[in-house]
Parts: sequence; C-alpha cells; structure tokens
Amino acid sequence: MDAWRVEVRVRDGLPDPAGEAARSALIGAGLEVQGPVRSRRGFLLGSELSAEAVDQFATTVLADPITDEFVVHAPGADAVAEPGRVTIRPRPGVTDQVARSVQKALVDQGLPAVLTGTYHAYLVPGTGAAARVAAAEQCLANEVVQIVDADTVPLALPGPGGDPDLAVHTVPIRGLEDAALERLSQQGGLALTVREMRTIQAHFEGLGREPTQIELETLAQTWSEHCKHKTLTGRIRFGDEVIDNLLKSEIARVTRELDRDFCVSVFEDNAGVIEFDDEDCLCIKVETHNHPSAIEPFGGAATGVGGVIRDILGTGLSARPVANTDVFCFAPADTPDADVPKGCLHPLRVLKGVVAGVRDYGNPMGIPTVHGAVHFDPDFIGNPLVYVGNIGIIPRDKIQKRARPGDHIVSIGGRTGRDGIHGATFSSLELHTESETVSSGAVQIGDPITERKAMDAVLRGRDEGLFSAVTDCGAGGFSSAVGEMAEGLGADVDLATAPLKYAGLAPWEIWISEAQERMVTAVPPEKLDRLLAICDEEDVEAAVLGTFTDTGRLVLRYGDVVHGELELEFMHEGLPVFEREAVWEPGDHRDPDLPDEANLGRALLDCLADPNVASKEWIIRQYDHEVQGGSAGKPLCGPRRDGPSNGAVIAPKLGSTKGFAVSSGLNPRYSRIDPAAMAECAIDEALRNVVACGGDPEHTAVLDNYCWGNCSKPERLGELVRATRALCALAITYRTPFISGKDSLNNEFRDGDRTIAIPGCILVTALSVVPDVTRTLTSSPRHAGSHLYLIGVTRRELGGSVYWKTRGELGASVPRVDGALGKRVLDATARAIAAGAITACHDLSEGGLGVAAAEMAIAGRLGVSLDLLEVRTEGVSRAEEVLFSESQSRFLCEVPADRVADFEANLYDVPFARIGGFTADHRDCVITRGGTELARVPMADLLRAFKGTLDFDGTLTEDLR
Amino acid sequence: MTAAPRALILRAPGINCERETFHAFELAGAAPEYVHVKHLRHHPELLERFSIFVAPGGFAYGDDIAAGRVLANELRQSIGDQLLAFVERGGLALGICNGFQMLVRLGLLPRTEGGSLSQQVALSHNLSDHYECRWVTLRTPANRCVFLDEGLTLTVPAAHGEGRLTPRDAALGETLRTEGYTAFVYVDESGAATESYPANPNGSPSGIAGLTDVTGRVLGLMPHPDRAYLPFHAPDWRRAGLAERAEGMVIFDAMVRTARADGN
Repeated sequence: MDAWRVEVRVRDGLPDPAGEAARSALIGAGLEVQGPVRSRRGFLLGSELSAEAVDQFATTVLADPITDEFVVHAPGADAVAEPGRVTIRPRPGVTDQVARSVQKALVDQGLPAVLTGTYHAYLVPGTGAAARVAAAEQCLANEVVQIVDADTVPLALPGPGGDPDLAVHTVPIRGLEDAALERLSQQGGLALTVREMRTIQAHFEGLGREPTQIELETLAQTWSEHCKHKTLTGRIRFGDEVIDNLLKSEIARVTRELDRDFCVSVFEDNAGVIEFDDEDCLCIKVETHNHPSAIEPFGGAATGVGGVIRDILGTGLSARPVANTDVFCFAPADTPDADVPKGCLHPLRVLKGVVAGVRDYGNPMGIPTVHGAVHFDPDFIGNPLVYVGNIGIIPRDKIQKRARPGDHIVSIGGRTGRDGIHGATFSSLELHTESETVSSGAVQIGDPITERKAMDAVLRGRDEGLFSAVTDCGAGGFSSAVGEMAEGLGADVDLATAPLKYAGLAPWEIWISEAQERMVTAVPPEKLDRLLAICDEEDVEAAVLGTFTDTGRLVLRYGDVVHGELELEFMHEGLPVFEREAVWEPGDHRDPDLPDEANLGRALLDCLADPNVASKEWIIRQYDHEVQGGSAGKPLCGPRRDGPSNGAVIAPKLGSTKGFAVSSGLNPRYSRIDPAAMAECAIDEALRNVVACGGDPEHTAVLDNYCWGNCSKPERLGELVRATRALCALAITYRTPFISGKDSLNNEFRDGDRTIAIPGCILVTALSVVPDVTRTLTSSPRHAGSHLYLIGVTRRELGGSVYWKTRGELGASVPRVDGALGKRVLDATARAIAAGAITACHDLSEGGLGVAAAEMAIAGRLGVSLDLLEVRTEGVSRAEEVLFSESQSRFLCEVPADRVADFEANLYDVPFARIGGFTADHRDCVITRGGTELARVPMADLLRAFKGTLDFDGTLTEDLR
Repeated sequence: MTAAPRALILRAPGINCERETFHAFELAGAAPEYVHVKHLRHHPELLERFSIFVAPGGFAYGDDIAAGRVLANELRQSIGDQLLAFVERGGLALGICNGFQMLVRLGLLPRTEGGSLSQQVALSHNLSDHYECRWVTLRTPANRCVFLDEGLTLTVPAAHGEGRLTPRDAALGETLRTEGYTAFVYVDESGAATESYPANPNGSPSGIAGLTDVTGRVLGLMPHPDRAYLPFHAPDWRRAGLAERAEGMVIFDAMVRTARADGN
C-alpha cells in the first residue's frame, strides 16, 4: 500500500549522537568512513491522510520543533536513494512498537488511525553500497528481523495480511514406519523422538483416527525438552546404576530432606516461593534464553527478560516483580573474525546486542537490574548463554491458585502474531550453520510497555480477587498456558476470539504462537466484567478465549468447527520415559610446571585485566539499578562507585528496611577439569556472595540453572550427573534448599563435521533474607588504618584459575570445597557481620587473594598492604600460588581497630589471620612476605587494568583518579 | 493544622516511578493520589481538587518517537488548557526525568514568555548515545522557583538516555542561565557547574539538569530525587553514616511546605 513518507533528521550544526554512534560502529565493523555519519528516522503513514494533516502531524509529533527538520514525500512519489545511504526497516510481521505509538498519536490528534510503519537510515559518505550494507548488517541491524539495503527507500506499508487457512488438517500417522515417523517429526519441526512419535501413533490407533495438525503440534509443544525436562526427569544408566528422575532423586530430595520452614512453594509453580515477613513472601525464578540470543541477541535477550518477568507475574495469583538479574557467557570479545564459524555472530556483537536487549526491556518495565556476571570462554562462540532472573514479592494469602470448571479463560496483554512459532521445540534442538535462516520465526521482538500494562492490570485484578488462577504465556504459547491450567479439569477454547496482530493466522498458529506479553487467567463468570473494566482502564487488551470444564478434555475450536480434541491425561502423562546413557571418566589433566613468578605486580595486573575479572561497569551503567526505590546495596560500590559489589541488597517494601540479598556463582572453566568442582564452587561462591552482603546463611534459598552440551552423548550426561551429585551433597551440608531451577541442554554448535560444546555449567543463584538492610555492607573498605583479615584456608588450588589462564594453562588442581569447613566459615562470617565487627567484606573467587584485595582497594580508593606469610595455608608456599590460588570458603574482611576483639571472638571455630591493613598514606597495593616487599602496584595501574578490558566506548578509563 | 496538600501522581502506560514518588510525597506530608491519564483526559476538572501535579519518571508509551513525546501530545490535545490554568491559578507541578521530558515537550517548561504552551527547548540524546544510570551531584543556582532555595547541593541518581538540553536559540539559552530558569546544574568535585562526563552524564550545556518556568511554580529535573528519598538510598551511607532525612526529600518537603503555606 502506498504511503506518505516523513523523514526526520537532526538540524545541521547540532550534535547527532545516533549518527556518531553509527559511525564508530561501522568503523568497528571494518568500513572506511569519510566524514560524519548522519542519522534519519523515517515514518510511513497511510495515504488516506491529507497533505495538510501529514504536515501538521510531522510538525507537532514526529519531529522535534527545536532540534529536528523533516521532509514529506507524497504517496507514490518516486524516491531515489541518496549516495551513501543505508536503510534499515523491520521485516513484515515483526513487531514495530513505535509504529503503534505513531498510530496512537494520530488518534490523539483527531486524525484517523491509518496504517503506520517506521524505519531508520544513515548517510555514510564515501562508501560503496555493498560494503556499506555488509557493515550495517554486522553492527546496526540484524537480517533475521530487519531488511537492510542501500538502493531503495521504503515507500509502501505491508498490506493487512492474507486469508487464513481454516481447514482442519489431519496428519496420516497410523501405520507409518520409524523412518517415516522420524521424517515427519523433523519436517514439521516437532523435535520429537521416534519413540515419542510411536507413542502418539499408538494413541491415535487406539482412538481409531488420525491426529489433526493442531493436536500433533500441541503434543510436540507439551512434550518438548524445554517444557518437560525429559533428560533430567527420565531414566539414566550411569555405569552400573540406574537413576530414575535425577531432578527428583537429587535436587528435589535436598529440599525435601532439609525441610526448611521458610520454603512456601517449591518446584510447583512458575517460581520458588519463600517466606519474607508476616505479610509477604519472596519468589524467584531464573531462566535461560540462549538459542534465540545466539541468532538475534537483542530480541532474544529482551524477550528472555520479558519471559522471566511473566514467570513471576504468573506465580501464585501473581507477584510484583522487584528486581532483575542477568548472567552471560560469551566467547571473548576480541575473538579474531577468522575464528568465528559460519552461522555464528561475532561475540562482541552478541554481547552488545544482549546487553542492549536486557536494557531496553528491563528499564522500560521499571524493574531494576541489580545483579549480574559475565564469563568469557572460546567455546561459547556458537552458544552464548543468557541467564535472566526475576524476584517478586507476593502476599502470603495469594500463593495458592486453582482454576475451576466454569471459569472463563481470559488472556490479557499483547496480540497474537506469527512470532515465535516453534520456540519451545527450537530451543530443544542443536544449533547449526543454517539455524540463522531456518529458525528466524522462532525469534520474537519484545514490547515492554504492553507487558507493563498487563502487569498493572493483573496485579490490580489479584488485589481485588478477580481470578482463581493465572499463568504466563511462555514457550508453547496458549497451548502450554491453557494446557497447564486445565490439567485435572478440561478446557474448551475458541481460537477465533484471540486478538491478532494481523490477519491470516491459521488456528494452529494462534494456538502455539509465542507472541510476547500475554498472561492467561481463570476468571469466575461473576468477576469477568470487573476484570475487563480494569484492563480497559489500564489500556490493555483482554479477550475471553473459552471456558475451563470438568471433562478431562481439551477442545480446540475455530468458531463452530472443532480442530482438535485431546485427553489432558495423555497430554500431560502420556510421554514415554526417556532413557539415556551416562559415563564419567576424569580427563587427563596435569598441573603446569611454571617457573617462579618474576613479576608479581605484573601478574596481578594481568589477572585484573582478564575479562572474567575486569570491571563490568560498561554494562551495569546501562541498566536502571535504582528504580522502585528499594536499592540499599548497589552493583557498584565505594566513594567513586566503581568497586565490584558481592551482590545486591534490596528493601522491596517502601517504608520498611527489611530486605533481601541476591547473588550468584558460576565457574564454567572449572568444569573442563571436573564438573563436580564446578558445581561445588558455584554454590559456595553464591553463598559467600550473599553472606558478604550481610545475608543470613540460615535463611537462604538457592536456584540451579543448568546449561550443558548435547546430553544424548553419554559423556556429557555423565558430567551432568557428577556435577549434580556434588552440588546436592554440598547443599545438604549448607542447609540451603533448592526452590526453583531450569535446564538448557543441547548447547552445542554444529559446523560441518565439527561440534563445539559449551563447558557444562550450573549457575547457582542465592536469595537471602536480610532482617535490616541498614546493617548490610559492601566490599568497599571505609576507614584508613583498619585491619585486613583473611578467613579460611588457602591451598594449592590453581587448576582452572585466572592466573594460570593468563599464562595459557588450565592445570589439574581445581578447587574443591570442604563442606564442613565451608559451612563454619559462612556461619562465622555472618556472625561477625551481625555483631557489627566487619565494616567491609569481599569473597575470594576468580583471581584469589590478590584480585580480591585489589578490588577492595579500588572500591575504597585506599592503599592496601598484605603479608603472604600471615596467610593460613595448607601445602602451598610459592608467593604467586598463595596470591592467586582460588581455594573456596574464604573471605577478606575490613575490621576497625576497635572491633578486633569482637571480630576474633566470633570466629572461634574457623581458621583466620590478620594479613594486613588499609591506609590513606598511599594508594598502592603492597604485597610483602615476612616484611620483604615483593610488589607495589599504584592505584592508577590497578584502575587501568581493571577498567580497561571491557571499556567498549572509552568511558570507564576517561577518569582514572 | 491545615489539611495535607493533595498531590496528583500521574499514571500512564510506561510511567514506572509512580510508587516511590507517591511514597516520597506521603513522607513529605502530602496526600497523594494516582490518576491515570486515560481517566484524567476525560475528567480534567479533577485538577481543581489538587494543589500539586506530578509527572513521575518512566518510559511513557515506550518513549517511542522521542522521550515523553506521545504523552505530551496526548495531554496537550486533551487537557493542555486545563493544565495551564492549574499553574496560572497557583498549582505546583513537578516533572522527574521522563516527567520532565514530557513537561518540556508539552511546553509547560521553561515557558519563559507565559501565555500558551509551546515547546522552547529539547532534551536530546545523551552525547554517549545511550542510557546511563549513575549518581550525580546537583546544585541550585539563584532561581525563580518559588520553593527552591539557592545554594542547595544534593546527590541523586540520574538514569536516562535523553537528557541533554538544547534551547531553541542562543538568546533563550542566555535567558535560561541569567533569568533564574535554571533550577539545577550538574557540578564537579569542586562544586562548579560542569559539561564534562561523567559528572554531567549527558553533555547538557552549562550543566543544566533542571528548569523552572516563568511563574516559578513548575519544576522539572532529569535526575531522580524519588530514588534518593530514603537514607539507605545514598550510595555511600555506610561510610558517611545514615542521614536523618535523605537529600532527595528536600524537593518534596519544599513543595508540600509551599502548598501548605499557599493554603491549598
């Protein structure tokens, strides 16, 4: 359809930051750019508008009257692309939120709600068209969701969509051989095994009919690895052992055996729930969104954030989200282009896209992103990991939910489109070089404002008691949400009632679409009008999709025509038990034979500059970590607010100082030596972090998020089993129940004959209730003249360490956790903090004692001295080994001179030593051994090393005072 | 004792700082109430019941097209005249961050010439071209805002991507600086107004962080006093000690005091 085209640009002579940013990005992508780059924003408006209306609308709404100028092109007018131009527009069908706001503004102006569209353009002087488009595709756009070209100017709007295919399609399955069943699963993108296909076949043979397409799709969604966790809940042959349901026999067993009284709802709902205070509970969920983020980092990460927020909104009768967390694993940002396999995006592009995605969803939602971590390893090249978490608060009397027969099925939020079809089954497959093209339908674009409106409406509905159950639309869309809620009941759904983004969707597409920002509620008939009125007040769409019944059957209609009918029991219980083999054999690792470290100061700077240690401030600053007014412990600390914090402290109820601490532990590198060590260190680190914030280790719950390679390979699954057992054994000792978890398997990239598997890793997130946030602390020392104490024992554990990594070595002596000692260390440290004897506390993790001490000095901008001879050691003597060993269960503490006795009295059952102190006489990090100075590193050098590595735009190292 | 002044806390799709803003006004002694724009545009007479109008921070309508633009357009088209009348008759108004961006685009700030609503300045993209969250220090120069003393210093977080002030022309820039329209400036460690990153996070000329209008009854600023209104919000309270009253409260306290004194 022809359209008016309004192109807006910044007036000449005024700064054009978007153009400037594009220029540096294009140069970074290897384009030779001469002169400044200018940005343009384009708007397409339906041709029904009059010229006068368009001009007036552009003047008052589209262009800023102070800084912008604009040009209007009439519908049908020829347009010649200017030299140097590159235009980026959304692909048809991709969510264009701005276009919808333009439409709203038209209506506010009293103009008709004509079709609208938007695009961006840049003028890049002196460049060839092909090179310009190629560079823009690398750094300004993503072909998966956008069209980039140099020669044309968008002139028309996509039409309203075609007619939908409303026929009832049956899929002949009866009598098919295994090979044909496998082909059917593959061609349909169902991700079902032959055994599962045979189970479905037998079921329909019993019914004496063929399945319809929508029935088969429903089963594929419900039975996907993503939804059912078939590997971890299946049967595993591990050597001579048979393990039935690893999740139940290990993870859930920990929680059951510990039987902690603060656990309220675990492994039942969309998130784990623990007690907070007399009125409220906390709930927490961590998800991964790895596969979508690999293909479209911005959209993948953004919708990951949106999804985990909906998990919290869908917990109990809905919780209010109060904080986001995010943890990423990428290949090194400086990976040479030649080392990036075909079909993978460059890791720096992935990083920037993912960070922008989290930013542009979390910030508009008004939920602070308070804690995170980033880990780099070359084997994340094909499968970056994007963990996103959310914490919510929920009244104690809103935790139970149950849909009832007769309740209306009401969807609230965004409209349904073709976006994200087959997301659940896609995430259960291996990525390969063609994934970028074949799976683009599985990628979605987020719309945080719609989610915010849905959230406001749902929370009001909860407070007024207007629904008996709620859940989110995540993987599998309506099929999963309605299917789950209807379990034990029945449901009758009319897919013709779902509001659509555009016409043309077949009923099965509506049913399994993973379009974002949708919640599903079960609403008693007498409360429907009130809920719809609230949705109207909150400016969010709601639709009655059908009714919950007591028939035990799921009936799917489109108008009067039945498209599918499934027994819910078969849907939920019919999945055959998965069987897999697992083996574990230790790898052949040896410690390197390195000469004595000649330059200890240089070695410390190398560790600080390692990307796994280096400051993440460039990322953190792009996130809103203050919104909601609960921030009592920030991700960055110290007088110059650039010291790395152990975790975040939040007081979620305005007017109360009761709060929580949240943090995490993740060590993929240890997994290369021994997955058991990786798992132990992850939980130990997560707990050290919340304790160092002032959290109570006796009121702490943990979450396990697995990311692994292809677990149909016995050796991968063996690693996973070994890690799980180590994790669970330590959780028992630490008395920390698992309250929620998730797994993302198949993180393996196929590039021809080569596969790249990620190092299997478990992210452990710890959530700890804090009685009073004004008694919490950070890693920033407060007083010159105070003492530096080291709690715990240092062993010769450098396998997988950052120090050896900087020397090109992996080694074998990976850190293990002595659980009994570890528990005493956590408790004793918490005791001393509660007594007020510690004024700053930092856990020792990657980079060991040297890095932790340097980070405290940086945070406090104080000099620090430490004497290696004072450190409590076992079997380690070389200076660099004491300084950089990554032994677990250790804390560094700042103790004021007048609190020494109190501090030491509280540590009656753990090893500790006074190893040095903080000073304002200088700002150096001074390392001695029995009084002999081994190294002296000035603050400026520490800062340059720590802040330089991940300073992607030069803002961190601008000021190194 | 006079009744607590009533404060209208505006809600709209994408406004997301309304709860902490509400609570801060409550602590200051006001009687805050949420009013959704969808309701207000059909009931502009509601404004008459309030003495304080507050546009909180957030991303109204996603900040689509430009920050605050769609909401400003909606308000101008629906209740622009009534908002103007609200200020003319002595009401107080506050815009924080996105609320400030919206009031600027609506033309309620700086409104140096009185009369009707027309946009005089823009809040443009930060020179860094991205959103940034960091604590900054502000100072109040001599200014015409009726409730803001000169010489106040407060440390508050800024969190925005479009905060760089661009006046219509050089003459207006001069007016803003010399005739008391500048309500807040970003200052460096020496206390001087600064254009340098990171003390000034967006590159705003003359360090301008907030504005008032010709009546001195409307105030807008980019940083967030609503995130520095409880003592434990301060970034370094562990070293400096918990303040008795958080620095951000100075604005809410002053507005409520003034509204009370005005007898509203």
